[in-house]
Amino acid sequence: MPRVKIKRKSTVTDMTAMCDVAFLLLTFFILTAKPKVPDPVELDVPASTVTIKQPEENIATLVVGKGKVFFDITGAKVREATLEQMGQKYGNISFTPTEKTRYANMQAVGVPMNQMKQYLDLESDQREAFKQPGIPTDSVSNELFNWVREARLATRALNNADLRISIKGDSKEEYPTIKKVIDILQKQEVNKFSLITSLRSAKK
Amino acid sequence: MAELDTSSKEGKGGKVRSKKASTRVDLTAMVDLAFLLITFFMLTTTLNKPQAMDLTMPDKNEKKQDDNMAVAASRTMTILLGSDDKLEWYIGEPGKSAPTVEGYGKDGIRKTLLENSQKVKASTGKDMFVIIKPSDKSVYKNTVDILDEMAIANIQSYGIVDITKAEVDELTKQGIYK
Repeated sequence: MPRVKIKRKSTVTDMTAMCDVAFLLLTFFILTAKPKVPDPVELDVPASTVTIKQPEENIATLVVGKGKVFFDITGAKVREATLEQMGQKYGNISFTPTEKTRYANMQAVGVPMNQMKQYLDLESDQREAFKQPGIPTDSVSNELFNWVREARLATRALNNADLRISIKGDSKEEYPTIKKVIDILQKQEVNKFSLITSLRSAKK
Repeated sequence: MAELDTSSKEGKGGKVRSKKASTRVDLTAMVDLAFLLITFFMLTTTLNKPQAMDLTMPDKNEKKQDDNMAVAASRTMTILLGSDDKLEWYIGEPGKSAPTVEGYGKDGIRKTLLENSQKVKASTGKDMFVIIKPSDKSVYKNTVDILDEMAIANIQSYGIVDITKAEVDELTKQGIYK
């Protein structure tokens, strides 16, 4: 009489589908992740216990460090429109589409309008070496005031939304510089804005 | 990976067959790696987002000066931010109560804020109003720190106001305006 054979099941699982899913997710996360762009000046952002995250859209950031101010807006379309309006305001500088696209893909820029065209024409490696002087904030050519104003107008026109303004300052920055920036914002009745902080570690 | 040999041996003394190599590749290690990377990317993307602290400044419009809010001096606490991470505070009008020089953090201004707000609440029945006056010698971090203390001490009404000459002199007297 033949013995009844018990069929033993294989312990090997098919990993193909799992592998597919894992790599699909991986690709998704890599593509959606935004690379951290280095700030134009070295910044040590002060810490706070606030845990409200900054929204992604319609944000203009004023980067303040070493007495200089840099200006950054989100959204390529708004950036292009702002640059165009600023060009018209300061001596009818017209920017070529290439220059506009370049500006749209940049982050915080701190170049006076009379140098803007030359700056945009630089190759990317030269641009990194270029020392940005910061946006003029003095009363003679208050370019920062106009940058903020034009960015707000462009956001209103294109996205039909209010532009939120945040200040990202260095912890060692002396208060007069910050005050100057706040005064510029208050002059155009922007009384509400955000201060960007990093998360404080739990030691305190 | 170890695999259980489930194939039963059959046919003794049969023809010697050439073994066919399996086309299956062991994907376990690859899946491990993929999930590790996924975890890494998920964590780094969410942690990278900056925190934003909302700040509302008092309206500076000269035309609307009349609707300035009048707050009783007894429930006002003024904080002057000086240099070297030091601050000075007093309650009520300047010169009437002795100012105190203090540092930031848990044992400094936080304690004081909590004590004072309780005292004010007990004596006037209303919430304390804090006026923050950063001097030119204070750094940006001080301002953020003091605003953070407001959030921690749960003080609803506070404002950032420009410092006056008399207050700068006061800070100089205390030696925290360098």
